[in-house]
Amino acid sequence: MRHNPDAGMSIIVKTVTRLTVGLILLFGIYIVLHGHISPGGGFAGGVIIALSFVHLMLAFGKDVASRKLSKNIASNLEAVGALMFLLIAVAGFFGGSFFVNILEKGTPFKLFSAGTMLLNNVAISLKVGVGLFAIFLALVILEGSKKKK
Amino acid sequence: MMIYLLCLILFCIGLYGVLRKRNIVKIIVGLGIIEYSMNLFFVLLGYRTHGRSPIEARTENVLNMVDPLPQAVVLTSIVISLAVTALVISIAIRIYEYYGTFDITKIKRLKG
Amino acid sequence: MNSINVVPLFVIIPLFSAFFISIVGKFVKRNAVYALSVIPCILLSFFSFNALRLLQSAPGHMLLYKIGGWAPPFGICMAVDAFGVFMLVVVNLVALFICIYSTGYMEKYTDMPKFFTLFFLMLTGMNGLIVTGDLFNLFVFLEIASVASYALVAFGTEAEELEAAFKYAIMGSVASCFIFLGIAFLYGFTSTLNMADMARVLATSHSVFIIPFVSALFIMGFGLKAALVPFHAWLPDAHPSAPASISAMLSGVLIKTLGVYALARIFFNVLGITATHLAVFRFLGAISLVIGVVLALSQWDLKRLLAYHSISQIGYVVLGIGIGTPLGIFGGLFHLLNHSVFKSLLFLNSGAIDYSVGTRDLKHMSGLKEKMPITAGTNMIASMSIAGIPPFNGFFSKLIIIFACVQAGYFGYCLIAIVGSILTLASFMKVQRYAFLGELRQACQNVKEAPFVMKFSMIALAVICVLGGFLLLPSLRPFINNAVDVLIEGAKYSAIILGETAK
Repeated sequence: MRHNPDAGMSIIVKTVTRLTVGLILLFGIYIVLHGHISPGGGFAGGVIIALSFVHLMLAFGKDVASRKLSKNIASNLEAVGALMFLLIAVAGFFGGSFFVNILEKGTPFKLFSAGTMLLNNVAISLKVGVGLFAIFLALVILEGSKKKK
Repeated sequence: MMIYLLCLILFCIGLYGVLRKRNIVKIIVGLGIIEYSMNLFFVLLGYRTHGRSPIEARTENVLNMVDPLPQAVVLTSIVISLAVTALVISIAIRIYEYYGTFDITKIKRLKG
Repeated sequence: MNSINVVPLFVIIPLFSAFFISIVGKFVKRNAVYALSVIPCILLSFFSFNALRLLQSAPGHMLLYKIGGWAPPFGICMAVDAFGVFMLVVVNLVALFICIYSTGYMEKYTDMPKFFTLFFLMLTGMNGLIVTGDLFNLFVFLEIASVASYALVAFGTEAEELEAAFKYAIMGSVASCFIFLGIAFLYGFTSTLNMADMARVLATSHSVFIIPFVSALFIMGFGLKAALVPFHAWLPDAHPSAPASISAMLSGVLIKTLGVYALARIFFNVLGITATHLAVFRFLGAISLVIGVVLALSQWDLKRLLAYHSISQIGYVVLGIGIGTPLGIFGGLFHLLNHSVFKSLLFLNSGAIDYSVGTRDLKHMSGLKEKMPITAGTNMIASMSIAGIPPFNGFFSKLIIIFACVQAGYFGYCLIAIVGSILTLASFMKVQRYAFLGELRQACQNVKEAPFVMKFSMIALAVICVLGGFLLLPSLRPFINNAVDVLIEGAKYSAIILGETAK
């Protein structure tokens, strides 16, 4: 990870971040994918995913973090998440009415079960995870632009 | 009953913060406290004595669940308060840029 | 597609447009964004008239839609009755003209796709609030509309706008908390969130405590959203600070949907209206009416003056509903429709003046009649409507409210309504005198009339103002009369929904 050594926090924080940030992201994805069979779900998983990026930003400064996920891409992905959720809901018209679960329900407690729930969780996690990071990035950029004046 | 009274006290602390404090950041914190006391109250409404979390288990048949609906509702309400708080904080940062202060008694260009 | 499927479209179309514009808006030309925002508005207006037509043949005069096929009270339902259709037509029609106007007015703002995203989110909130049959869903849509409106008030990001937006956001959020607390108490008491089921449980219960307590919370919460007088402090700051098209949206439909519609729906159809509630409505309406117009008299900022008049006119609507007789409610709802038309028009006029002259201060404009004939003409029509001059729509609705006061024996309120109307006339004579009549100032020599799209919207709304009185004709009267029946026969709402789902 190339970065300016003076930006961000101390070397201890940076090393620990480098070790843990992937695990946090992975844990977030796990929570999202198992949302329909265990506690958690799209919102909780999305927050954890956002926190992994926020973690990166706190340790290495905003330049490194926004190179991973820039603000424009973040706000586009957020809208994509919302549209995806809406399209899943509209797809319910094929099953008779708005928000009908049109996919196969499967057997309980299997990963691929509960029909559109899994897709809904993915859409929500995209919206929440990227949206929360975009809010944080926007606040940081707002704060930074003030110092330049 | 005691626990509902604690919610009320928390609510009053938040309302005091919103109404009485002069610093914008403290007002936002007060708003947060009000919202948390609301959410706490709604979750407590759904609790029943010795209830378990409302999750289907694979091996046993769970009988004494707490009411799951307030939990879903409160999750939505938390998301809404997150949106409001983020918006208000960004407005507060911009206000500080223009006025150079967080004191609401000095921020009054609008009157009449 | 099944004809009942029109109901969720009121949420789907604006929500889709909001996020679609936010993605596509950065890559396409301005004109494409304008087209993408006007087309959904036209569709929504078309569907709301379509819903009006469908309602006549619907069983029980109610379009009931079960989301995901789950029957209420377990699932969320959408229920559109005559009152809901009335509001849908008002909201979507006014939104259409404001959207067309915005395509001209927003030229001078840089971040225009974001404006339309927020505009459509606000429209989603309002349409959703009207169609939903579930109390918590109502709260969620209310918050969507509110949060979008906080952001829109701050859209210019100048010092005054941010200050107004902060005030509005804090007060609005506290009001939402009161509403949420009321919902929590109702859920704790009735164990359901479906409005029809809740009404059934409340009607059979004998608790003397719950309804007065929840009523107080709801009057505080929705009263603040509707800007009734003790809770009005945010409105004169927030409404003038937004871009003119949004001021028109906020004053024209937002305070009515979030405030008056939600108040009427919950009190008449869920809690069950009592004489005390009606007395409180009448009192709040009357003091809003007087204080709003008295404060408006001394204003020199054009948009601020109009904002104070919004408080006063909302007072008329709530007073009419608070009389509680069929004639009173008819007057209240008719005035709601008329006010949303002429107040939007007045704000659009102020936006056109701001666009061409660059000021909102009445002391700095004069004789604009020569340079901006269409703005002056439409403003004259709207001013006469709001002041209650005979051939225009405002006259009829105020007359009906005053008749209803006399009929029900509230002579004091009748006097207040008449005095309020006279003061409104005085205030708008001042606007005409300073803005449009008189000598043309040197500084205003080079003023041009607003662009075509802005003129088109203003003329269209002015035509509605002139023709509004025809809604009283016997063939068109059911449009409002059916909505009145929904409120008068409050308990029927839950009976129809629960009866339909039991089948």
